[in-house]
Amino acid sequence: MLGRTANGLYWMFRYIERAENIARLIDAGLRMALTRSGATDGDWDGVLQSAGMQQAFLEEYEAVTDSDAIDFMLRSRNNPSSVMSCIEAARSNARMVRTALTRETWEATNEFWIDLKQLLARKVRPQDLPSVIETIKRRAGLVRGAFHGTMLRNEIYNFSRIGTFIERADNTARILDVKYYVLLPSVSHVGSSLDNIQWESILRSVSAHRAYGWVYDAVYNPANIADFLILNGQMPRSLHYCYEKIVANLSYLEREYKQRLDAHDTADATLRLLEKGSIKDVMDQGLHEFLEDFIGHNNRLGMQISEGYRFY
Amino acid sequence: MLNAGADPRPPYRSYHEWYAAQDPANLIAKSRDAENIFRKTGITFNVYGHEDQSEKLIPFDIIPRIISAREWRKLAQGIEQRVIALNAFLDDIYHKQEIVKAGRVPRALIEKNPTFLPEMIGMRPPGGVYTHIVGTDIVRTGEDQFYVLEDNARTPSGVSYMLENRETMMQMFPELFFANKVRPVEDYPYQLRQSLEELAPPGCKGKPRVAVLTPGIYNSAYYEHSFLADQMGVELVEGSDLRVIDGKVCMRTTLGYQAIDVLYRRVDDDFLDPLTFRPDSALGIPGIMDVYRAGNITIANAPGTGICDDKAIYSYMPEIVEFYTGRKAILENVPTWRCSEEDSLKYVLEHIDELVVKEVHGSGGYGMLVGPTATKKERLDFAEKLKAKPANYIAQPTLSLSTVPILVKNGVAPRHVDLRPYVLVSKTVKIIPGGLTRVALKEGSLVVNSSQGGGTKDTWVLED
Repeated sequence: MLGRTANGLYWMFRYIERAENIARLIDAGLRMALTRSGATDGDWDGVLQSAGMQQAFLEEYEAVTDSDAIDFMLRSRNNPSSVMSCIEAARSNARMVRTALTRETWEATNEFWIDLKQLLARKVRPQDLPSVIETIKRRAGLVRGAFHGTMLRNEIYNFSRIGTFIERADNTARILDVKYYVLLPSVSHVGSSLDNIQWESILRSVSAHRAYGWVYDAVYNPANIADFLILNGQMPRSLHYCYEKIVANLSYLEREYKQRLDAHDTADATLRLLEKGSIKDVMDQGLHEFLEDFIGHNNRLGMQISEGYRFY
Repeated sequence: MLNAGADPRPPYRSYHEWYAAQDPANLIAKSRDAENIFRKTGITFNVYGHEDQSEKLIPFDIIPRIISAREWRKLAQGIEQRVIALNAFLDDIYHKQEIVKAGRVPRALIEKNPTFLPEMIGMRPPGGVYTHIVGTDIVRTGEDQFYVLEDNARTPSGVSYMLENRETMMQMFPELFFANKVRPVEDYPYQLRQSLEELAPPGCKGKPRVAVLTPGIYNSAYYEHSFLADQMGVELVEGSDLRVIDGKVCMRTTLGYQAIDVLYRRVDDDFLDPLTFRPDSALGIPGIMDVYRAGNITIANAPGTGICDDKAIYSYMPEIVEFYTGRKAILENVPTWRCSEEDSLKYVLEHIDELVVKEVHGSGGYGMLVGPTATKKERLDFAEKLKAKPANYIAQPTLSLSTVPILVKNGVAPRHVDLRPYVLVSKTVKIIPGGLTRVALKEGSLVVNSSQGGGTKDTWVLED
């Protein structure tokens, strides 16, 4: 396979994953605004922060308002991570690697873009927001479904999956990092309603508030939330789960190409850490420090993969 | 579809019967379905000079254009003869230039032609084939009467539409294909791959590795490039993927560089090799021409084939065909005035309101004047351009082109069409029974180019 094709697949799936995550963050923000009397624009400031867009936003706007924040996250062309920009980029990459995709996967991606261009042609009215978010999530689901249902389990599949999970791990780690202070026992007033709302919003940002309830008996507790999103191997957006997948996908390439690269060692080391570590270790090390380290390692892994497999 | 007596012409008989039984509203709805299929699939093209460079759909008309077996036989013979002559002509002008010595084509027209590549002099590609994939544009003026409008020996495009149009028709109207014996076009990608492999460099061991070279996703025909690569099951490469290593053209794969044997390039000559042609080209591969001259890669079509698309050369095609095949051309040329000749120029200027004037190097319907439909100002402006650089233009009469029906709001209406059959040349010449029918959607218009608002139809060649 061409190095450029591997690169295109990797980024196509990173962007689709990112678009979906941004939509989730907006959803969580919306939820927070709806369930609280007297929601403030400060809530959206937090959402922009979780999305890693706060700085870019403030370069364009003077202050954070809910409507500007939502518009910036959904539609802004100046924001390379807005949902629209992500889907443009995903579709561009998909066109570039069209020959590597099944017709179903390509069409699902193309229709995602066609749909979104129409939905996001104008500023979205507040009353339409839930259905727009729903469409984004559904469309992303259709791409995923077409991909899983029709693609051969070969190198193409594995490079695509690596893109998905590197992006997802990065997103989950960032969401946690932005809110890490909410999870620190020292500053938490356990059980207060403010905390509950904050915690719930973290879980909602990764569509995991129901799942959390099942696993931890619906008791919000910072250590459990951190455990769920970092170490729980069953939670499909946890760092542990992402790395299990990345390691499996990289192992496939190792077998197929009969070639072991630096990326393999990096990914293995990270996975071992997530498998063996306890949430107590993480908290002792410092949640923020742990996440910062993780994000750095995850980036480095991405770089090693693009070098090792000659993306450029 | 109908002849003078309002009876359906023989090839349309069965279709007409079917059509008469259809609910018009239903057909309009089907027509919209077709558009959705195309949009969903991403069968689009980019129009240059368009505001947002956005992707456009080529309008698709759901009434097929039908050609009888007998008419096709004559066409196929004529096309084969012409394609053989084109390859012989290319071989000759890049070697001994017998045709010039014989005084049949002026030397200046060849050697001063910007599409003539001195770099190709003395170069004989594998198998002696220069133009592997040819599209011959043809118009029909009456029963068994065909004219060649132009030759596309450089990089004929549109074959993906031929295939997608058929695919769409079979999805929407399967019953029609039970009732009519339509010859298949679906194996074109397979045939293309085979014919490219057949002409791999002689030194190539094992199965030749084929790749399609595209300028990238912003090119107007990108959809077609990816479609063909996908259907053939070969890599779609860009210049940045390729590099010359140890005298071979190699592509960068996830496992390192791998040699390519045959390159079906959809990048123009000028951009192919920055070391030989345009130094600012980022689309090409530095050094590929050296590899080519050393006989280590097949480039399809060969560089320097564009000269056959030149409209001044076209005007000599009857002589060219006769010179190399020893027989009169089976397919006629449209009578052509070369404005470089003084008498012709005078005639063209006097009759500009009746003629179609074209740039000799133009393509895609750009830079031409359709006299009868142009405004007075357009004609005057064009006459000035013509006087300034007469050798840049040729002129042709507007033929009374036959029309075919298209679906409109209140039934069907006649429109002018042309036909581009596709030809593959390897050790043999293969003509795909079908082609791309382009249709001028505006009433009375003669311009069928998609960049100028033309549409397409499925083209049926019937079995006997």
